[in-house]
Amino acid sequence: MSYIVKPKFHHPQLQKNDLGYTRRDYEGTLTTLCGGCGHDSISAAIIHAVHEMSLAPHQLAKVSGIGCSSKIPSYFLERSHGFNSVHGRMPSIATGANLANRELYYLGISGDGDTASIGLGQFCHIVRRRINMLYIVANNGTYGLTKGQLSATADLGSKTKSGEESRYDNIDLVSLAIDLGASFVARSFSGDKEQLVPLIQAGLSHRGFALIDVISPCVTFNNTPLSAHGYKNTWENNVVLSEIDFVPMRKEITARYSAGKDKEITLHDGSVIHLHKTGSGHDPGNRENALLHVNEHKKQGKIATGLLYINQDQSDFHELADTVNKPFNRLNEHDLCPGGEVLADINETFM
Amino acid sequence: MKPTDISDPDYFHKVVDCQWACPAHTPVPEYIRLIAGKRYTDAYMINWESNVFPGILGRTCDRPCEPACRRGRVEEQPVAICRLKRVAADYKSDIKDRLPGVPKRKNGRHIALVGAGPASLTVARDLLPLGYEITVFDRDAAAGGAMRTQIPRFRLPVEVLEEELNYVLHMGVDRRFGTEITSMKELLAEGFDAVFVGTGAPLGKTLDLPGFAEAKPNIHTGIEWLANVAFEHIDSIGETVIVLGGGNTAMDCCRSSKRLGGEDVKVVVRSGFDEMKASPWEIEDAMNEDIPILNFCVPKRYLLKDGKLCGMEFEKVRREYDGNGRRLLIPTGEEPLVLPCDDVLCAIGQDNAFPWIERDLGIEFDRWELPVLDKTTFQSTHEKVFFGGDAALGPDNIITAVAHGHAAALSIHLLCEGRDVKDRPADLTTLASQKMGIHQWSYDNDISNDVRYIVPHAAKEKTLNDINIEVELGFDEDLGYAETQRCLNCDVQTVFTTRSCIECDACVDICPTDCITFTANGEEGELRQRLLAPAENEEQDIYVSDTLGTGRIMAKNEDLCLHCGLCAERCPTAAWDMQKYLFNTAKAVNA
Repeated sequence: MSYIVKPKFHHPQLQKNDLGYTRRDYEGTLTTLCGGCGHDSISAAIIHAVHEMSLAPHQLAKVSGIGCSSKIPSYFLERSHGFNSVHGRMPSIATGANLANRELYYLGISGDGDTASIGLGQFCHIVRRRINMLYIVANNGTYGLTKGQLSATADLGSKTKSGEESRYDNIDLVSLAIDLGASFVARSFSGDKEQLVPLIQAGLSHRGFALIDVISPCVTFNNTPLSAHGYKNTWENNVVLSEIDFVPMRKEITARYSAGKDKEITLHDGSVIHLHKTGSGHDPGNRENALLHVNEHKKQGKIATGLLYINQDQSDFHELADTVNKPFNRLNEHDLCPGGEVLADINETFM
Repeated sequence: MKPTDISDPDYFHKVVDCQWACPAHTPVPEYIRLIAGKRYTDAYMINWESNVFPGILGRTCDRPCEPACRRGRVEEQPVAICRLKRVAADYKSDIKDRLPGVPKRKNGRHIALVGAGPASLTVARDLLPLGYEITVFDRDAAAGGAMRTQIPRFRLPVEVLEEELNYVLHMGVDRRFGTEITSMKELLAEGFDAVFVGTGAPLGKTLDLPGFAEAKPNIHTGIEWLANVAFEHIDSIGETVIVLGGGNTAMDCCRSSKRLGGEDVKVVVRSGFDEMKASPWEIEDAMNEDIPILNFCVPKRYLLKDGKLCGMEFEKVRREYDGNGRRLLIPTGEEPLVLPCDDVLCAIGQDNAFPWIERDLGIEFDRWELPVLDKTTFQSTHEKVFFGGDAALGPDNIITAVAHGHAAALSIHLLCEGRDVKDRPADLTTLASQKMGIHQWSYDNDISNDVRYIVPHAAKEKTLNDINIEVELGFDEDLGYAETQRCLNCDVQTVFTTRSCIECDACVDICPTDCITFTANGEEGELRQRLLAPAENEEQDIYVSDTLGTGRIMAKNEDLCLHCGLCAERCPTAAWDMQKYLFNTAKAVNA
């Protein structure tokens, strides 16, 4: 951990977004994670993504559980809302917050332990309930905070620094989420911000539950040549199934995109995802195909990344539950106590 | 781009902007850290070795280091390097026991130095410890040259001047002051092993306009007038004074006038205020003393009353640029400006003059009457004759004269040793890791966000009444310390080891100024455009690594690096390390 405060000086030509903020304005406190931790790159990617989208910090809420991963909301967006919850219980908090205020952007940060072990039950249900949020898993295949035991996402045969080999097949969060009905599922690599940043932007803009499983190497405990989640293995075996560019709503679409080669996906809020053909033949609109492709690559020891599945038309929790369309904090006395006539009408229905 | 060759001594030297810009290449960050540690004497000695006159330069230097200072690129103002140098000089303890010893037994070589200014005294300082006998000639009765005659006492107290002159003079210089050398031929005939000419640029100019002949008694050449003030031959001036010219001499003239009875002192310049040659701080100090500066006024005539100067007439002009970008001053057609005056001081430039050097000695001069010199060795076309300071390349500044002196002393030493003066020893460099613990460095990388501290001044009522009272009080120890904390320690280099890098992006993510990018290699111009933040300052290099595991390279823009060491702190494999680069120019003693 570093002892100094990151200097405030920045590049004089650092770009300002529509709100007049530079990227540095979206930072948090200096990281206390090990140097080289993939999670820091995820923080940096989130800062890039949110700055580029010109989101005001108060429009976003960060929620997390416990673990190295769940510490990182301290290191970005220090002026946003945040809740650091109990281990594996971030989905409950996110659900509650989302019910109370549907207008915020929700960014869940979790790890492989927090999501695939202690919080697996909660994870399954938040996917199933289609809560409108972006859920990022910083996935390093190890329990770094407790000194490097294998986690439930460690690949079969992968070895930790102490030489322990994973004897069980891993829980593949991407397949699980697609299976449970998530409408936006992607995988990426902390070392590849060009891929990760637009995925985060698309995930935040997507209406419904979005998951990005980010391979995020643990340099201290799980970065040996035999670690499936290490930098070397991920660089070498990363197969990009789809490349996307993200154009936030209100931004002019530049002529770079040719209709024949790229596919445009317009999200609910008007932003657009440009899907470039990669030669993989992967169609993120096809759920069964997505599952098949992910599994095929896994069998070959490859890591399929990119936008794997998207259904931009799926209804989210609020639609299904027919909730009130205002945040609770904006409901006034009249909304909450509509008066005797309405009560009479309700009573009438029981007669 | 090819991988950067960091074994090239210039590469990291360039990164230390202040040191690179300094003609004498003083290791600035090194002495600033020593000041921060209250090791003033050590800081002073680093300066003394490099620039010979730290106390003088800490008050009067032209500060080429400050416009170069990196701090000026990441915030508004550079570090007050010059005034920190003065802090070292003001708070040091006795240094006499640290001065180099001078051997009693001489080496049998005898060198003549003409002029006792900064260049000559630097030659003396470098050669005396090697056993040379040195004879210094000066037409004035005291040593110092322009440092004594051109810089008013309110900027440089005489005690400070003499202290530093004496460190050199007391090393055993044979002084021949008060006699002017009138013939180089005769001097050479005395059998010196080498002659060094450091006579400065002693020829001032006046402006010959209508009325000049009659007004002459009240028209003075700036540098001569300043010299006369310095030697107390002049102690008063008329009530109304016009100073012509926009350089530092003009600023010294107007401020001196104000102290010698000038009530209404004005500076008048031909061109724009923004084109004035004087250092910004000199202009500021003059204006703080309520001296107006009138620009775009071209002097036309001296006005006379009863056969005596009573004023000057100026034509008003405006600035335009012709097709070649050349600046033109076009008359505006307005009424001419008439300013009354009792005296005019012309500070419109100065020239070299060598009437005493016979032209048949083999010492060639160019068409500007400057000696033909080798710019590295400062040797003239006569093997035994060397030039330095203003006498060599025309009017410049003290620190440049010192740099010339070092180079010439080295040449003289090589010559006397019978070696090739062009085969010069390599400069002295070291590069060493500053790592103390996992996240601890031997330097303080937690730099201050403070803006530049202002040097306190003595009260104007006091200073304007006595030309000998120093205006600047200098930083006290606390202010000096606070200012040192603004230094970015640019000499502590970011050194990258390609084979250790695992491409985790930790350095990219932490860098406060977006200096580092991992990307595909390319041509420099194109690469500069696609770095994480554009690298448009082409004077600053891009540090490029060998090809990494993923086929990419690491490209670091040196321009805005804060040398905070966070890249090295976050690097899990120590592929980045902070290493101090110490550079010292080779001097005679190193040959």
